[in-house]
Amino acid sequence: MLNFIRSAILLLSVIGALPAHAALKVLATTADWAALATELGGDRINVYTATSALQDVHRVEAKPSLVARARSADLVVATGGDLEIGWLPVLLRESGNTRIQPGKPGYFEAVTSLHLLDIPSSVDRAMGDIHPQGNPHVQLDPHNIALIAQALTARLAALDAKNAAFYTERGADFQSRWSQAIDRWETQAAPLKDVRVIVIHRDQTYLLHWLGMKEAGAIEPKPGVPPSAGYLAELVSRMSLNPPRMILRNAYNDSKAVDWLSQRIHTPVVLLPFSVGGTAGAKDLFGLFDDTLNSLLAASQ
Amino acid sequence: MTRFEPFAALCMLACTAALADNPSNTATAFNPAVSLILAGNYASLSQDPATFQIAGFIPSGGEIGPGERSFNLGESELTLNANVDPYFFANLTTAVSSDNEIGVEEAYVRTLALPSGLTAKAGRFLSSLGYLNEIHAHAWDFIDQPLAYQAFFGGQLKQDGVQVKWIAPTVTFVELGAETGNGDSFPGTRRNRNGVNGNALFAHIGGDVGNSTSWRAGVSWLDHRAEARTYEDSDSAGAAVVNAFTGKSRTWILDGILKWSPQGNSTQRQLKVQGEYLRRTESGQLAFDTEGLALSDVYRNAQSGWYLQSVYQFRPRWRVGVRYDGMDSGTPRIGLVAGGILGREDFPALRDSSPDRVSTMVDFSPSEFSRLRLQYAWDNSRDGERDRQLFLQYLFGIGAHGAHKF
Repeated sequence: MLNFIRSAILLLSVIGALPAHAALKVLATTADWAALATELGGDRINVYTATSALQDVHRVEAKPSLVARARSADLVVATGGDLEIGWLPVLLRESGNTRIQPGKPGYFEAVTSLHLLDIPSSVDRAMGDIHPQGNPHVQLDPHNIALIAQALTARLAALDAKNAAFYTERGADFQSRWSQAIDRWETQAAPLKDVRVIVIHRDQTYLLHWLGMKEAGAIEPKPGVPPSAGYLAELVSRMSLNPPRMILRNAYNDSKAVDWLSQRIHTPVVLLPFSVGGTAGAKDLFGLFDDTLNSLLAASQ
Repeated sequence: MTRFEPFAALCMLACTAALADNPSNTATAFNPAVSLILAGNYASLSQDPATFQIAGFIPSGGEIGPGERSFNLGESELTLNANVDPYFFANLTTAVSSDNEIGVEEAYVRTLALPSGLTAKAGRFLSSLGYLNEIHAHAWDFIDQPLAYQAFFGGQLKQDGVQVKWIAPTVTFVELGAETGNGDSFPGTRRNRNGVNGNALFAHIGGDVGNSTSWRAGVSWLDHRAEARTYEDSDSAGAAVVNAFTGKSRTWILDGILKWSPQGNSTQRQLKVQGEYLRRTESGQLAFDTEGLALSDVYRNAQSGWYLQSVYQFRPRWRVGVRYDGMDSGTPRIGLVAGGILGREDFPALRDSSPDRVSTMVDFSPSEFSRLRLQYAWDNSRDGERDRQLFLQYLFGIGAHGAHKF
């Protein structure tokens, strides 16, 4: 019996000690935050991505595999701003993991580092799927990424104190490579200024805002509300008078509506990755912006 | 935990700053989240709903059957919830019925701070048995519950008691749980005794297959005791009698669900296949005509029921579904019949039957907060007279409606 107790205590202490030696387990809600966490954490963290660029992050389910990942996660990296409201709260609740609950160090929200665009002055569901805190599709402005990276570096260092120097160093390295990349992208993107585009959902707002492009119209009359035939006919007549340069489609969007509109108003559709992994070129965050800009520039010529 | 302290201090500063930036109405800042569901339907039924029974099964007395004919106001469900403090979360779900009664669907507190993947719940809550039991009515894929749930739990099994649940720290989803309570919900009865009744154990596992498919499967066990659980029947002469069961009631449930959508993107298309098998063994004493002859002898029965359903979202906002319900009443061993005191025809509710039902539905959801449904069913619950049922249903949700479970 004594032997059994001894070995049980030994086993328990081994299990208890495991997380201290293992890499920090990060659960990222999108591929963008997974890519960012990997840039900052390297081999000291173990990243699992809850969704892919081919999924609409509004409509994800708190499926069993995600509950299992959340159960053992040391850090959840979420967008926030209610983007994941349809599934993340239930995922966190079901996980039984106290470390990753909102307000705990193990819960990180990207939007808290940013000033959001499109903050509604009033909120009513008659206005569609609006987000009371502002537009949460923040990843397509690289300046946002830099701010989020800064906050995430600090969070990783705080959570995993013995690797703090490692994260700080990697964070600084990422920031310097990133700011060089931003300079390059902004030079490259100069011809895109004032180019008029049509969007589907207003989730490229930050991209357009960054590059000074103009949203001429949206296929969704209100966020999350599919267009009626009457609305589309009106959009066609409005756009035919002053055709925009391109229609933007994200990798996760269905192609039907944009292809239909493209034929009517003789405007090309540009497929954007929207998130890391959305196109073959968008392998990481650098690739995401390289690929997005290449596609936009190619279509604007 | 000490390593978090510097950060906690930072967070406190940041949080105070955030609050200062955003002066909200402090009187209402701590109000709980409010969600209200309005539901209603129009029903056209070929059989008189007052004669509804699931043949061969002791009536569960719950929310069973197709409801009434013509226009019906459904239950209006009001939910309030919020965190109590850093340690507890509280939830109240009330249902206001069309006959102006308020019922407590759920009223529970749940822990927020237990370690190691443990959570505990206390109060009244929908049991986590099976798959469909803890899904609220507004999130069902059909207007009504499977026959098996109606016959075995009177719709849904509610526990007035406590639940402990544990999620294993594994890559595959593993959830183990136990519940106990006062056993008041069918098939149990409230007994005037100390201690517990209505013990339940459940285990669920789940995971993904590739990017497109997710699944969950489980097994549950329920151990209830009934004391003078009465039901209305008629004797062989057709006179109304009240009979009562006293004894043990044990139920096993196997459940499984699989969801598929291309690349996991359920916006366009999604296929859902789910099924459950329930088997209940009851053994004890059956009393005949408790208000008259008051005869009593042994009773034993093993009954089962299952359903298999599939719902396909073929384009955004539109879904079609089909469900098959199968039931097997088994052949009861009734001591009063075996002893020659009474005949089988004195227990018409317990006749050997295999009721079944086929339900089809199409629903349209203008948004996540509204749904209109058309359902048509061929209901052979009475085992003989088929009820052709047509339903039109609406469901609207306002307020801070929480996310649904998988």
